Amino acid sequence: MENNVLIEMRNIRKTFPGVVALDNAQLTLHRGEIHALMGENGAGKSTIIKCLTGVYERDAGEVYMDGVEGNIWNHSTMDAQNIGIATVYQEVNLCPNLSVAENLFIGRAPTGRFGAVDWKTMNRKAQKIMDDLDIQVDVTRNLENYSIAIQQMVAIARAVDMDCRVLILDEPTSSLDDKEVEKLFRLMRQLRDKGVGILFVTHFLEQVYEVCDRITVMRNGQFVGDYTVAELPRVKLVAAMLGKDFDDLAAIKQEGTGKEKGEVLVECKNMSHKGTIKPFDFVIRKGEVVGLTGLLGSGRSEMVRCIYGADRSQTGTETMGGKEVHIRQPLDAIKLGMGYLPDDRKAEGCIADLSVKENIMLALQARQGIFHRVSEAKQNEIADRYIKELSIKTPSRETPISQLSGGNQQKVILARWLATDPEFLILDEPTRGIDIGTKTEIQKKVIELAGKGMSVVFISSELEEMLRTCSRLYVMRDGANVGQITDENGPITQEEVMSAIAGGDSHEK
Amino acid sequence: MKSKWKALTRQQLFLPIFSLIVVLLINLVKDPGFFQIGLQNGVLYGRLIDILNRGSEIAILAVGQTLVVAVSAGTDISVGSVMSLTACGTCMMLAGYGNNSVTELAVPMGVGICFGLLLAFLCGCMNGALVAKLKIQPMVATLILYTGARAIGLVLCNNQITYIRYEPYKYFGNFLPGCPIPTPIFIAAAVIALMALFLKKTALGLYIQSVGINSRASRISGINADMICFWCYAICGLCAGIAGIIASSRIYSADSNNIGLNYEMDAILAVALGGNSLGGGKFNLSGSIVGAYTIQAITTTLLAMGVSTDQAPVVKAIIVIAIVVVQAPAFKQMLANRAARRSAAGKEAVG
Ligand SMILES: Nc1ncnc2c1ncn2[C@@H]1O[C@H](COP(=O)(O)OP(=O)(O)OP(=O)(O)O)[C@@H](O)[C@H]1O
Ligand SMILES: [Mg+2]
Repeated sequence: MENNVLIEMRNIRKTFPGVVALDNAQLTLHRGEIHALMGENGAGKSTIIKCLTGVYERDAGEVYMDGVEGNIWNHSTMDAQNIGIATVYQEVNLCPNLSVAENLFIGRAPTGRFGAVDWKTMNRKAQKIMDDLDIQVDVTRNLENYSIAIQQMVAIARAVDMDCRVLILDEPTSSLDDKEVEKLFRLMRQLRDKGVGILFVTHFLEQVYEVCDRITVMRNGQFVGDYTVAELPRVKLVAAMLGKDFDDLAAIKQEGTGKEKGEVLVECKNMSHKGTIKPFDFVIRKGEVVGLTGLLGSGRSEMVRCIYGADRSQTGTETMGGKEVHIRQPLDAIKLGMGYLPDDRKAEGCIADLSVKENIMLALQARQGIFHRVSEAKQNEIADRYIKELSIKTPSRETPISQLSGGNQQKVILARWLATDPEFLILDEPTRGIDIGTKTEIQKKVIELAGKGMSVVFISSELEEMLRTCSRLYVMRDGANVGQITDENGPITQEEVMSAIAGGDSHEK
Repeated sequence: MKSKWKALTRQQLFLPIFSLIVVLLINLVKDPGFFQIGLQNGVLYGRLIDILNRGSEIAILAVGQTLVVAVSAGTDISVGSVMSLTACGTCMMLAGYGNNSVTELAVPMGVGICFGLLLAFLCGCMNGALVAKLKIQPMVATLILYTGARAIGLVLCNNQITYIRYEPYKYFGNFLPGCPIPTPIFIAAAVIALMALFLKKTALGLYIQSVGINSRASRISGINADMICFWCYAICGLCAGIAGIIASSRIYSADSNNIGLNYEMDAILAVALGGNSLGGGKFNLSGSIVGAYTIQAITTTLLAMGVSTDQAPVVKAIIVIAIVVVQAPAFKQMLANRAARRSAAGKEAVG
């Protein structure tokens, strides 16, 4: 084996019934490097990782690791951990009903004299880990109380703390804000300097150029190439991933800007939810795209959950189209013509064992009511339309959604809401885990829908994306709505937003 | 050829039907006259008819149980007791409180039966409320009526076995005049057909599966998850009621201690045998139905082979364990992994 090579995977093949997920895939990871694994949704990134860590058994191919004899077959994730491979999977797979500390130490809890778990030490150590990362959590509380971003950080902290030689991060930053991403990168660089090999999957190209040393590109389950960062500038990287030239940075025309605004569609006054969000006001006009911005835990998601009725508001009033509405549960909101794409895809989006078609139909069917079943023909038609429109990569519309790649699952859930054709659509991280090609498509789609009169709330941890689509931004801080930025005096700039998020004074332009 | 066989074995219904056939074949070998159906006194008789007839209660229970398992990943263990309560309630109404044997009905038969079914439905509603609203573990929630319902029935019947010696009351569990086929077969068929139709024409099936797989996501998508869960238990209660009427009509009495005894186990096994995961989610009604008749076929076979009534459950348990293990996803995964490894090793050796 070549010097300095830590892991070498060659000619990997993996098939699922009816799908060839990997065919002749390969990957070489060196000691002390951060290696980006890039490719479109469904290219096989997560699958090759899972073949390495023993989640799946590969059909064919060789895997070698420095210091380990022969061709490695990991049969379970434990095997991989034992030879020093720590992994953060794309879907957070921690236990929501255990405490943060327990999740950090599952399977390796510090024990006391009689082999019993030493809770005190465990909690203390856990608190220290989280404090070092500068994340405010109470480690004794159950994980399910925290947002998906915090859960992601816990998963990362767990892997990093495991004293590994290889660290695999499958889209760890998909719901993190810049600040958390920065922390993570600092951590990654430290580990790299200690000689750990890090494999990093992301759809954010800037992040690749910020931390990575090498890039492996995959397409349709096949190996495309292994490059140094310097020899693969952004345009070439995109071309290698998609197999064609594509300019994802082409400006999306801001049709919303300067356009005559429609009448008020939804207005909230003084609404709040105990424990998560302080009383807030909110207003959106017909055809407007409004963004919510703020740091992690600032209450962005909580605010829209309140508006939609996913969490019931205890105070204040909500009006839609001038009439006061009382939303007791999401169904009421859907009947009023609202839609809400939640940020936690696994817990609140996917119905795992159901087919792509059923997942797409769910909200539309719910709105029609149980006794008005959407006909089979119509179901097929709608499913096929969105599979095509959002380029969902799936063997068929009858495939269970759990067998799709992460980004494609996200597209299915997005299709679920587009299919209901709502008047008011709330999108919480709609492009989470979606590749650059489709991401631009979705942004265009949002603007197009707004042009047709739909009101959209757009939340994203990627500021760039919100600036492209939104004509107005609410700024959130510590569970309160502290002001807004509009584009009345020219386009909103990044600096403006950053200072508003950080700034002490409420910002009104 | 090989891949066709593979596709066939992967069908959810493959194993339930396969095990039913095996049980029937064993019977055929032991007793060549097994499939014979004869006509005696104007009614059909024979082992097959017997299995279909006796399996009716389990099949009806399995219909309700399937929904409950799918929606809540738990089981309703009160159905046997609810059967008993229904029988007692009905007989008490028909006989008038305190009478233990009547030839004349105190109220019209329909009223008595509706009363019994109402009791069963209310039991289902209570289970549903406990599970859906108060979020109590299904097993624990239904344990209340598992112990309670039978006792209430005993109280309703004033601690005695109430006989209804009124000919039309026997129709439900025996034969309609002039009809050679036992009535329970018709009732079971009607219940199954009704449920199948309902599942086909409405979105109930989608709702149940969706709630069973991920109730949080279902709620966000506009499904009233608690309500769906509640109704599944209510329907399950009603099914138990119908089965209770049949069981009571067979012996034209309300024998509180024996009606529906251990039926909850058979119903749950039927669901599992049908290839439905007891972890909830996706379900297949026809699987459960086949499972129900398989259970009955096993019971009938054992009794016919001279295994005594108290030993039969042991043999049944062994058979069921075997079938359930073979169907378990973990077991299938294990086989698949082994096959994958072997083929990979084979390729390596060749290459
Ligand atoms: N368990 C499974 N069963 C069947 N097919 C699967 C399964 N897991 C993945 N696939 C298929 O394998 C292919 C590769 O999926 P994979 O999850 O590796 O993609 P990915 O590159 O990680 O994409 P993303 O960026 O969306 O996460 C997809 O076409 C997917 O449909
Ligand atoms: Mg992936």
